[in-house]
Amino acid sequence: RLFLPSSPQGLDPPHQSDTRTVYVANRFPQHGHYVPQRFADNKIVSSKYTVWNFIPKNLFEQFRRIANFYFLIIFLVQLMIDTPTSPVTSGLPLFFVITVTAIKQGYEDWLRHKADNEVNGAPVFVVRSGSLVQTRSRNIRVGDIVRVAKDETFPADLVLLSSDRADGTCHITTASLDGETNLKTHYSVAETAVCQSESQLEALQAVVECQQPEPDLYRFVGRLTVTQHGEEIVRPLGPENLLLRGARLKNTKEIFAVAVYTGMESKMALNYKCKSQKRSAVEKSMNTYLIIYLGILLFEAILSTILKYAWQFDDKWDEPFYNKKTEQERNSSQILEFISDFLAFMVLYNFIIPISLYVTVEMQKFLGSFFIGWDLDLYHEESDQKAQVNTSDLNEELGQVEYVFTDKTGTLTENEMHFRECSINGTKYREVNGKLVPEGMTDDSPDGSAPHLVTLTHIYSLTLLLTDTHAINNKTELLFLSAVALCHTVQISYDQPDCLLAGGDPFSHANGFSSNHMEYYASSPDEKALVEAAKRIGVAFTGTSGNTMEIQTFGKSEKYKLLHVLEFDPNRRRMSVIVQTPSGGQILFTKGAESAIFPFTTGGEIEKTRLHVDEFALKGLRTLVVACRHFSAAEYVEVDRRLNAARTALQQREEKLQEAFSYIERDLQLLGATGVEDKLQDKVQETIEALRLAGIKVWVLTGDKHETAVSVSLSCGHFHRTMNILELLQQRTDNDCAEQLRVLARRIKEDHVIQHGLVVDGASLSLALRGHEKLFMEVCKSCSAVLCCRMAPLQKAKIVRLIKTSPEKPITLAVGDGANDVSMIQEAHVGIGIMGKEGRQAVRNSDYAIARFKFLAKLLLVHGHFYYVRIATLVQYFFYKNVCFITPQFLYQFFCLFSQQTLYDSVYLTLYNICFTSLPILVYSLFEQLVHPHVLQSKPALYRDISKNAVLSMRTFLYWTLLGFAHAFIFFFGSYILMGEDTTLMGNGQMFGNWTFGTLVFTVMVITVTLKLALETHFWTWISHFVTWGSIAFYFIFSLFYGGIIWPFLHTQDMYFVFVQLLSSGSAWFAIIIIVITCLFPDVVKKVFYRHLKPTNTQKSQVTRDTMNDVGINAYIYIYIYINAWHY
Amino acid sequence: MVKEELSTENRPDNTAFTQQRLPAWQPILSAGIIIPGFVLIGLAFIGIGVALLVTSQSIQVMEIDYTGVDQGSPCFKCTDSTVSNCKCEIEFTIDKLFEGPVFFYYGLSNYFQNYRKYGASKDASQLSGDLDYFTSPATECDPYIKDNNDKPIVPCGSIANSMFNDSFVLSRLINGAKEVVPLDGKGISWWTDYNVKYRNPSITPLKNAFNGTVKPINWPRPAYELDTSDPANNGFINQDFLVWMRRAALPNFRKLYRRITEGNYADGLPAGDYSLEITYNYPVLSFDGRKKVVFSNVSWMGGKNEFLGIAYLVIGSLCVIMSIVMLIVYAKFKFPDED
Repeated sequence: RLFLPSSPQGLDPPHQSDTRTVYVANRFPQHGHYVPQRFADNKIVSSKYTVWNFIPKNLFEQFRRIANFYFLIIFLVQLMIDTPTSPVTSGLPLFFVITVTAIKQGYEDWLRHKADNEVNGAPVFVVRSGSLVQTRSRNIRVGDIVRVAKDETFPADLVLLSSDRADGTCHITTASLDGETNLKTHYSVAETAVCQSESQLEALQAVVECQQPEPDLYRFVGRLTVTQHGEEIVRPLGPENLLLRGARLKNTKEIFAVAVYTGMESKMALNYKCKSQKRSAVEKSMNTYLIIYLGILLFEAILSTILKYAWQFDDKWDEPFYNKKTEQERNSSQILEFISDFLAFMVLYNFIIPISLYVTVEMQKFLGSFFIGWDLDLYHEESDQKAQVNTSDLNEELGQVEYVFTDKTGTLTENEMHFRECSINGTKYREVNGKLVPEGMTDDSPDGSAPHLVTLTHIYSLTLLLTDTHAINNKTELLFLSAVALCHTVQISYDQPDCLLAGGDPFSHANGFSSNHMEYYASSPDEKALVEAAKRIGVAFTGTSGNTMEIQTFGKSEKYKLLHVLEFDPNRRRMSVIVQTPSGGQILFTKGAESAIFPFTTGGEIEKTRLHVDEFALKGLRTLVVACRHFSAAEYVEVDRRLNAARTALQQREEKLQEAFSYIERDLQLLGATGVEDKLQDKVQETIEALRLAGIKVWVLTGDKHETAVSVSLSCGHFHRTMNILELLQQRTDNDCAEQLRVLARRIKEDHVIQHGLVVDGASLSLALRGHEKLFMEVCKSCSAVLCCRMAPLQKAKIVRLIKTSPEKPITLAVGDGANDVSMIQEAHVGIGIMGKEGRQAVRNSDYAIARFKFLAKLLLVHGHFYYVRIATLVQYFFYKNVCFITPQFLYQFFCLFSQQTLYDSVYLTLYNICFTSLPILVYSLFEQLVHPHVLQSKPALYRDISKNAVLSMRTFLYWTLLGFAHAFIFFFGSYILMGEDTTLMGNGQMFGNWTFGTLVFTVMVITVTLKLALETHFWTWISHFVTWGSIAFYFIFSLFYGGIIWPFLHTQDMYFVFVQLLSSGSAWFAIIIIVITCLFPDVVKKVFYRHLKPTNTQKSQVTRDTMNDVGINAYIYIYIYINAWHY
Repeated sequence: MVKEELSTENRPDNTAFTQQRLPAWQPILSAGIIIPGFVLIGLAFIGIGVALLVTSQSIQVMEIDYTGVDQGSPCFKCTDSTVSNCKCEIEFTIDKLFEGPVFFYYGLSNYFQNYRKYGASKDASQLSGDLDYFTSPATECDPYIKDNNDKPIVPCGSIANSMFNDSFVLSRLINGAKEVVPLDGKGISWWTDYNVKYRNPSITPLKNAFNGTVKPINWPRPAYELDTSDPANNGFINQDFLVWMRRAALPNFRKLYRRITEGNYADGLPAGDYSLEITYNYPVLSFDGRKKVVFSNVSWMGGKNEFLGIAYLVIGSLCVIMSIVMLIVYAKFKFPDED
């Protein structure tokens, strides 16, 4: 088998091998049987449509939606068979809905096209037959040599061949890929690095073999074969040789590189992900209710069909003399008649399914989500970042969260590391004003003045004078500091020889360069803090040139030759460097998590250091342990051999490297440990407390050590001092774990403490999850705070899934800032990314991104609450208004022999949903605020009022539906009784016709339905007033206009002057008023009684807002009593 | 020295709109507003209800069923469909002055003018006088498009074909002698129907427009001879025709037949005996239908309709009662905002 296990597409076409061979500058071998491989061109296509396929493709996608498809079917039925309404009645609303959606999607795609064109058309320079040729980015082919100048982005994934530097290195930033702003050094192979001009490249004979494209940004395995003087030289290629598309060249004048992955096969393009298809709870219940309504529709249609035939069974109803059947009707088959009758009833009642629901919901979400980005309270001044909405589909889910899973570092904390303490060879030191102070030295000193401080500088100068033992001790201290100053991957932005050449360095501005002439850049804030601390104390890392690292030890410059870097990886949890000391010995420095180092140490003050590490952790410091290993010459030869062998391996390179690393990183000499403080973010405690009051359980998931995690948990208010802390730690076996879980479960029952907190570590967790999920869940549910430490990224996601799939199906939210949080962010119902220092990966994969953890409170308690109430009410209202709309039409069938006569005119049927009642609900769903936002934020408990999808519960749904039916009955029978014996309702004795009757019902309905929404509105801006009263006014004006003209293109003029006739009747006016009031009366009464007898917390806080209310009512009582006395 | 300033290009706009701080009225449906509101609405409604009831009470209505179902009734003889041109006479007495203007309706029950196919069975273009549709009426008129000789029917369709064709003569019996009460057939249809919506073809004499067409099968006379007494009341703008063409909403309906506004009867029908002579043509018994005539006078709100008055009284009283209940609830439970 070949060396790559997976390919991005999942399935390779059979002709493709697992590797691709790229001939640099497309100089293919001359022997005959070479078959050129085909690669994608360098076009990036992020758009979905082209001009040609937009209409068919977009239509296809829209009709995959069940509701749209349903209306399409209805429309087709109307076209095919004789139905009571013209096809326009369902065709026009459908067309409207489809058009609005298509315009929205077309606009979004147009933006993508624009971006694509910009990228694909960007000018690039390619080396063709020995000279530079300018072309467009889309013309780059695999194998082309591309020249990239300073500050340009790479147009494809390139393997670096040479740069203008002699050593063939270059610096890049990958900010646009993963958000890491630090400089990264990339290398070229020595054999190609010399080709610094086009002509030299022309002579280069080289072949790159590499894996097929895959999305992992940090993985690249390949080799470069250079033919020099008829001899093939093979060099390994890794991620450090690959320049990713989208990254930017920095501090380097120009580079030459060969394209290996182009266009859609570049790693950046492979990382374009289809947005996660998360669906909110509201959407799910919406679909359930749609199905219920479909059931009602079917029931009504079947009932009507059956009743129609029951009537027709009697001859005198079947064919009275005035209504003879046509020949066609007489001759058609009974079964066909029956089916077509059924379909006709379906068409007649089809409006009970709210056609514009989806499009309104979509518009609401699209427009509504702007408010999050616009919110000043979610704007972080220091970093100039506002909240970001990546998907608007989940707005309302923010109001439903029951569990919050949060990362610790960078999420709860600033991820701004400050070196605080260290332990060197069993002695604890604190850093005070750039000096290391041994523990105990300041404790009993009356003042912290200099004479008592034994600084390292002193130690160093005294070394020569002191005794041997001291000298050894101090040497260890020095070694420790050297280790800290050398074992890292920190870059310096300024003091590099290359950069000095570059003149006015733009990079320094881009990163907020301070007046300090040397700035460290590191991907890990811990490393940066340590190197900075070492510099303050006196061992300053001053730069790398070529393979040489230079440090200034108390002013004395020392040069170390960097032999190998054993990179950090999250599984090993440590990193190492092998350097050659100025004196010539080879030494390995390693630093990492204490659990990753202690097992491999054989010397040094292991026990004392371990104690110190625990002490640091208790203080909430992040700990790292530093160790070293001296190699003998023979050992080093073996190490070097192994490493090189592993690095050049084409097969199972990673496994081999791991093997080599574990061979090397053992027999370590412990040097000491460091304690770095990570400050808590602002207002974390308040936020966690608010979430807890809101009924949300907060789980902290961290990779940190248990002691560190607990101490941070305590300081951020996640754990309380009063809390009963339960521990599930270091369980080795399945049985132990189960036993411990049972003990905990018992303690929860027996310990009479209000709140429990649980601490779990990763290892115990995986045991607990393997066999005792139920028991574990039970314990977890009784705990108000859970802390999981030592978690691997995948474990975080697993925990989220476990809670998500538990029987109650709670809504989960995950918040994190780093790449290790991505899996959990994607797994949770709502994923929040923190725009922190660890790159953009979490933000890119999140649904919402915010700059600080504290913003979560407003995002959930205010925005979430608002969005949920808005959209839930919107959904309920849509169902309600369509029941109101269509039920009178159903009732009318009982009075017209089930002949499918419509009650309303076709135009009214068509426009009801898209004109007369569409805007007020949209405006409501954008602007409604049932309580003032400050109240929501200051009373987190209000969040509980809407938990568990309260506004969309079956009960409320039934209430709205029944209300709809009740209103429909009142409209219809109110009008029906008004007609009574069909006495005239006009002063001139003339009679109404059927259309006048229908228009009366319709008028009452439009007014009632609009006013019902007005009753629900708590927040009347001018926009609400405008659309509410405007809708009613528009209905009247439209009806007058529609009925006032003989429409030349209309087939019948049924509605001519009907509306005017209706309004000319005094009785009709009085009837409209009384029917509307009758409909709203019970609802108002219910609302008032509930408010006073069973108020929700939300309602209570509405009341407290205006104290005038209470003053007012007492005055009313007197008036009231007075009026009553007079009245009776 | 240039002090490094915080970049704020991403800062959202601080406007009332973006911050969701638009000035807004925030009403709350609490007892404080609803109780007085209900009292006011309740009292107003009770007032309106009383007024409506009083108005309705003052309206006189007299209904006479002349279907002839009972063997003893004068029109029983006409229920046999084999008898043509049957006439029957019903006598009735008015006790006190039936104040004018009196409106004379005929009423049908169990008659479904709102049947969909029936309602669609007409040709709007034909009825607006478009001669093209005289020769080839629209297919909606099925089964009354053409007669057996393939001649187009004008006006086509079921509605026209089934036009009500009983006619009435009302006489006052004064000392055994009959004095015919003059009936006014103008203004019984909608003004817009008569003047705008329905048009005769602009051909004089009207008869010529109907050349090559046949009358509806059930009609005794063609459209241009509907009213022999008034040439202007013929064709599609015949008032009775217009009244019939405006379909009733419900199966029991009335249609305005005549108004009594002239001569001695301008102030109403004086107390006394009356006789109604009916030319009985229209068959309704096959579908259990009933025919009746109704005399009624109207107020500004139309005919006698107690429903509105009662509805206003009921809802008005409910409002008042609910506000009392709410007051009691309020007094007992107070507002829960103190806690």
